[in-house]
Amino acid sequence: MLKFLTRTRGRNKLDWTDWLSYIYLTLGLFLMFGPVLWLVISSFKTQSGISEFPPTLLPYEQRQVSVVGHAQKLPLYTVKAKGEFAEIRRIGLFSTMVDPKNPSVEIQVNIQDRSPVRDIHWATENYTELFGKFNFMRYLSNSVFITVVATILTLLFNSMAAFALSKYQFRGQKAVFMLILATLMVPPTIVLVPAFLVIGQLGLLNNLWGVIWPAVATPTGVFLLRQYMLTIPDELIEAARMDHASEWRIYWRIILPLTAPALAVLAIFSVMWRWNDFLWPLIVLSRSENFTLQLALNSFQGELTTEWHYLLAMTVITLIPVTIVFAFLQKYITTGIASAGVK
Amino acid sequence: MKVLQFLLAALFNLAEPFFRVAQRLLGVSRMGWLFVGPNLLILGVFTFIPIVINIWYSVTGGVELMPNQRPYTGLENFQVLLECENYLDPQSCRKDIFWQAIFNTVKFSVLQVSLMVFFALITALVLNRKIIGRSFWRGVFFYPVLLSPVVVALIWKWLLQTYGVFNAALVGMDMQPVGWLIERDWAFFWTLVVSIWAHMGFYTLILLAGLQAIPKDMYEAAEMDGATPFRTLRRITLPLLMPNLLVVLILSMVRAVQVFDEVFVLTGGGPGSATTFVVQFIYQTGFAEQIHLYGLAAAASLMLAACLMLLTLLQWRVSSANKAAKEK
Repeated sequence: MLKFLTRTRGRNKLDWTDWLSYIYLTLGLFLMFGPVLWLVISSFKTQSGISEFPPTLLPYEQRQVSVVGHAQKLPLYTVKAKGEFAEIRRIGLFSTMVDPKNPSVEIQVNIQDRSPVRDIHWATENYTELFGKFNFMRYLSNSVFITVVATILTLLFNSMAAFALSKYQFRGQKAVFMLILATLMVPPTIVLVPAFLVIGQLGLLNNLWGVIWPAVATPTGVFLLRQYMLTIPDELIEAARMDHASEWRIYWRIILPLTAPALAVLAIFSVMWRWNDFLWPLIVLSRSENFTLQLALNSFQGELTTEWHYLLAMTVITLIPVTIVFAFLQKYITTGIASAGVK
Repeated sequence: MKVLQFLLAALFNLAEPFFRVAQRLLGVSRMGWLFVGPNLLILGVFTFIPIVINIWYSVTGGVELMPNQRPYTGLENFQVLLECENYLDPQSCRKDIFWQAIFNTVKFSVLQVSLMVFFALITALVLNRKIIGRSFWRGVFFYPVLLSPVVVALIWKWLLQTYGVFNAALVGMDMQPVGWLIERDWAFFWTLVVSIWAHMGFYTLILLAGLQAIPKDMYEAAEMDGATPFRTLRRITLPLLMPNLLVVLILSMVRAVQVFDEVFVLTGGGPGSATTFVVQFIYQTGFAEQIHLYGLAAAASLMLAACLMLLTLLQWRVSSANKAAKEK
């Protein structure tokens, strides 16, 4: 087993540089995933568990027992040198406790001499209660709507533009391509104020479409798809034209299916972009019923400082789609970045 | 699947008659305009027109949003932003927060870019070695890149809060807890760490692609000549990686100058103005404060744009030089 683990390609023995590499990588694993893991574990703690300091590693909850003669369940403690007792009431530093197995025995205990009996308990109620609270479903559906619709429109408009820029020769084509690429230099942060005006004039303030429309014409998408379409032979189009296919039919039935791999890469990126968008929705959507998940998280982290257990659960839900994409589609993302430098 | 197919077919049939008519009117070669049209229209409305309005905003005053109601004030907005008694002391400037933001942004960009590219390079070099499970390890470093800025900020806020893990560790070692996000220097330090954590994987990936493009026979030749690993790194790897390294440096600089979202959620720009950066200044002046000073925000964003333009031109120079060198 050890031999298998320590084997390297080509050479037989691990030298010290290999050990150093693996130590570095393991450290990286800890640093990159540690914070996320801590968030996920913490999101399963109860409200009292979350405010505990120093925090426990796993989520715990104190065990409650029912004792004959007491209507409510009582919290269980371990009392020094005496065994397990349930607390009936506490006055000041002293607590009146009862032996659950023998309810007639009541004792007085200094609270410093006892410690709670606790079991691991995953507080899934943090998640289930979310759905009934603060319009959570609304935020979720807003986010999903924006992501899905914007991605579909991005694919449609960008592939149409890429088709025009790769398969036609018309006057001004080069200029149009340069113009589209030039917008790469104008990040949304630069035109924040006037774009706000334009959105307002179009009546799109506090409207999900106000987030969708500006996002669907991405220069990176056009560039990525155009580069891919250039590799499709023109003869295919010529042949289709001979058969009197309309230009729209050529685009829809020939070009789009052949561009599928590039469209898939762009779709993945578009989903990530729109799902994670923050600054633009922050300006367009100011009413809370229009909030996306990201905006809701941002506004709650200011207000709900005492309700960290809900906030953490909501954060975890927000990172689930991205994590799924990461787990299954990582290959496409890495090739997309390596080939086009998009992010 | 059936539904999707139906929807796609419906879309096709809906658009076809329109395109057929257009094709008869325009002729085949001019159909290109029709296909590129929607994209251009959107870019025009949401990017090109705003650029023009932005310039107008920057030379007009007042609090009106409508461009035609704003009085022309010439370069007053720029004067307000740039007026300083002593340029090295933000406190002496008329808009002290703006200058504080510039100082912070410069400090942040230089530190963040140099540290991040350094660690990205080390990581890429390690990942380029003969290691077991390379794609797994690559994914490990890449994962945070996919997280949204809000999520990134909340993850770290949870670790750094007064009763968080970091302070628990300190208390466990019999030390005093620290106000990680409450003390100025620490807050700035953590904005650096968090943004490096969130973005390093992206640049690691680009550098790794560059490393894998270096021909293997170069290394074999070096090994035959008995070159030490360090010498190989300095004489072969780094010079051949230089083009990628330059692109990564500029690209990360462009992003660092625009730092906003993570920091905004993590610290809100505070404590005081310790982590207020230029984009946040624009956002606050234009949107968040009681009186919306659009002109001032527009002027500041034009200055930022000029800075980004410079960086982008630099990038084009570098990448066209790379291309020329490759073709030789």
